[in-house]
Amino acid sequence: MQNIIDQFANIIRAAAGCKAPLRICGGGSKEFYGNRIVGQNIDMLDITTYSGIVDYEPTELVVTARTGTRLADLEAELYKHRQMLAFEPPHFGSAATLGGCVATGLSGPRRASVGAVRDFVLGVRMLDGRGDDLRFGGQVMKNVAGYDISRLMTGSMGTLGLLLEVSLKVLPLPPMEMTLSLQMKEAEAIEKMNLWAGKPLPISATCFCNDALTLRLSGAEAAVRAAHAKLGGEEVAEGAAFWQSVREQTHIFFQPGKSLWRLSIKSTAPPLSLLGQQLIEWGGALRWLISDAEVGTETVRVAAKTASGHATLFRSGESSAAAFHPLAPEMMNIHRCLKEKFDPMGILNPGRMYPGL
Amino acid sequence: MHPLELVTNLRAFLPAEAVLYESEDLKPYECDGLSAYRQTPMIVALPQTEDEVIRILRICHTSKTPVVARGAGTGLSGGALPHPAGVLLSLAKLKRILEVDPVARTALVQPGVRNLAISEAAAPYGLYYAPDPSSQIACSIGGNVAENSGGVHCLKYGLTVHNILKLRVVTMAGESLEIGSASLDAPGYDLLALMTGSEGMLGIVTEIIVKLTPSPEKAQVVMAAFDDIRKAGNAVANVIGAGIIPAGMEMMDKIATRAVEEYVHVGYNLEAAAILLCEADGTAEEVADEIRRIDKIMRESGAIEIRTSRDETERLRFWAGRKAAFPAAGRVSPDYYCMDGTIPRKNLARVLGGIEKLSTEYGLRCMNVFHAGDGNLHPLILYDANLPGELEKTEEFGVKILEMCIEAGGTITGEHGVGIEKINQMCSQFSSGELKIFHAVKAAFDPEGLLNPGKAVPTLRRCAEHGAMHVHSGEEKFPELPRF
Repeated sequence: MQNIIDQFANIIRAAAGCKAPLRICGGGSKEFYGNRIVGQNIDMLDITTYSGIVDYEPTELVVTARTGTRLADLEAELYKHRQMLAFEPPHFGSAATLGGCVATGLSGPRRASVGAVRDFVLGVRMLDGRGDDLRFGGQVMKNVAGYDISRLMTGSMGTLGLLLEVSLKVLPLPPMEMTLSLQMKEAEAIEKMNLWAGKPLPISATCFCNDALTLRLSGAEAAVRAAHAKLGGEEVAEGAAFWQSVREQTHIFFQPGKSLWRLSIKSTAPPLSLLGQQLIEWGGALRWLISDAEVGTETVRVAAKTASGHATLFRSGESSAAAFHPLAPEMMNIHRCLKEKFDPMGILNPGRMYPGL
Repeated sequence: MHPLELVTNLRAFLPAEAVLYESEDLKPYECDGLSAYRQTPMIVALPQTEDEVIRILRICHTSKTPVVARGAGTGLSGGALPHPAGVLLSLAKLKRILEVDPVARTALVQPGVRNLAISEAAAPYGLYYAPDPSSQIACSIGGNVAENSGGVHCLKYGLTVHNILKLRVVTMAGESLEIGSASLDAPGYDLLALMTGSEGMLGIVTEIIVKLTPSPEKAQVVMAAFDDIRKAGNAVANVIGAGIIPAGMEMMDKIATRAVEEYVHVGYNLEAAAILLCEADGTAEEVADEIRRIDKIMRESGAIEIRTSRDETERLRFWAGRKAAFPAAGRVSPDYYCMDGTIPRKNLARVLGGIEKLSTEYGLRCMNVFHAGDGNLHPLILYDANLPGELEKTEEFGVKILEMCIEAGGTITGEHGVGIEKINQMCSQFSSGELKIFHAVKAAFDPEGLLNPGKAVPTLRRCAEHGAMHVHSGEEKFPELPRF
């Protein structure tokens, strides 16, 4: 396996030598996400050959895997030991890799109750823009030696380095899950989700769409049944399939071909009046907006900002659009400085996140 | 800039009592919780607003004066040790809780607010701030952010990094940054994670939005005694293996148990090689279910005695001993030196065996308390600083323990931070390429290196020279605080 790393390092050094951009690629399942890489004669750096689990001790609650590992394979291995990636990363295709999961930093339905990818990342091994093989963090839950580079790498869209291996905290599967459906209007659903999140209830996911609030309860059977009694609502028979459809965006709401906006805002923000249809997750903190092209980018960004958040053009017909919410100039300066330090020649996924990064 | 000129410039906008420079006024600031290191700062500044922080930093930036931030001064790694030619920036006066939003389950607080004060302000809404470092009655939230503080409940509820949403930060150049967001994520790089645990090296935090957690309905603890430390280690693995994430899981070895029993009289089993405390919290139904399962696992793992707390008083009593481990060490020995390594739990028996061997080799007793759930080990080396050469022996023993932690796949600091204390061990844990990246991160925020110089990340030159370590925690600055 070291020879593969040496190959990667050579590719990076060669690219740095002639300032030729590299496009880091795993399974390609999240190719649509983010901006198009800037530059000419872009070479692809395919990480899928560097795959496999390096270390997994279920009783340590830690798994370390190479980033080319298929996410599905990793989750299947965890499942054998009744454990999971608790942040429920979306795959968006069977080829999805661990590397893409961590680089995009996307989390699924359980995020509001347990945390995001970044909350579970314990350590990384990576190559920076000089091809140097570096390790940060580790395989332990608590580690305050040095700056938290592992989490900085998470969600950085491959612009700071090539992830080689990632150590993640894993959690046991809940003994029982139950999905409930309650009929109500949007404003009431937002109010209820926030109210219930403030109580010691085992709610592990929420979704509001089409005047129906769907909730998932996870935990000990007695606790789940007691919570059902408190909350009411109809039990949904195909609960697991429902959450899978929300996680993978195969739910009917996510019609292909239209622009999909992701608004990450304060959970208590009242219903947003924007042209199009919305689906709410994460207890009100995540609002998906499907709209035809006529809803203006500026309108969506302002609405998100007003609700103390930000908006991402998650999927769009035009790839030239600026996907991510603009940063304040002083924040952009810090980003540019970091990029320059990690990737001095600016060859790793340039422009995928922001122009100049 | 001449000290008096700097004082004049600062007093132009700060009241006289907020700019200290007479040596008797500077004395209280000469060290933090790691009192073995002392250094008087040139000036202490005590701003009350973010605007004042900005103006102080701009003046220091222009005059190239080093700045060391300080919260409550309870840190255990010397992170707030002053710079002799610098300004010690105390954030203690920024101590207002600006807003508690019970519906959104967040609180907006200033950095000088005490950790426990947040939970107290949130309590009327059935909420609390989850990370509970043992010094929580005194330590400040700003310091918690700087150190990424944990607590006994962090396996289940996370560290500081998992429980904050947003920071306002002033850079050394005096520029304000908004990092993170009131929503669950923010665009761009995860600078919130980068700031957390950065030990005052990157910026000065002036405002924090913390997450609040619903208070559990109920908590109960199982206390199990084992005649073999390996059996206790296996019991921990068996609990986790059974799919249980306890709210807290703590272990003490025989020396520790005996020392604390003498001190607090809990009724611990004194013949046991190890005592495990395993707590369940949640709804009444969840707790009943989990306690039943934990009890069964402890039995099957070979516990020689098991007791379950019958009520809240007994639960707190079971914990009292564990929380008194540090003061108990202070009672049985004139001095003790607290280590803070983290190891993968599977290597516990090996590392403890190694510590025992070293203990015999150096002729120094060592008691072990262990955050068993997350692998964070606190060996307390007992010594007498008045005996010639004993401190040096202790330090050497400590270094060997840390090296053993690294070798076992762990880290030199789980929760106390690097500060000045473990700066040399950073050279053992990281390669020069990795240290270069740390310096690069520092330079992105503070290119002149004026914030907390000489802490957290060693220079490559220092690593090359790797000077001797001079550390001990014999005299704690806050002996009244529980340390665990």
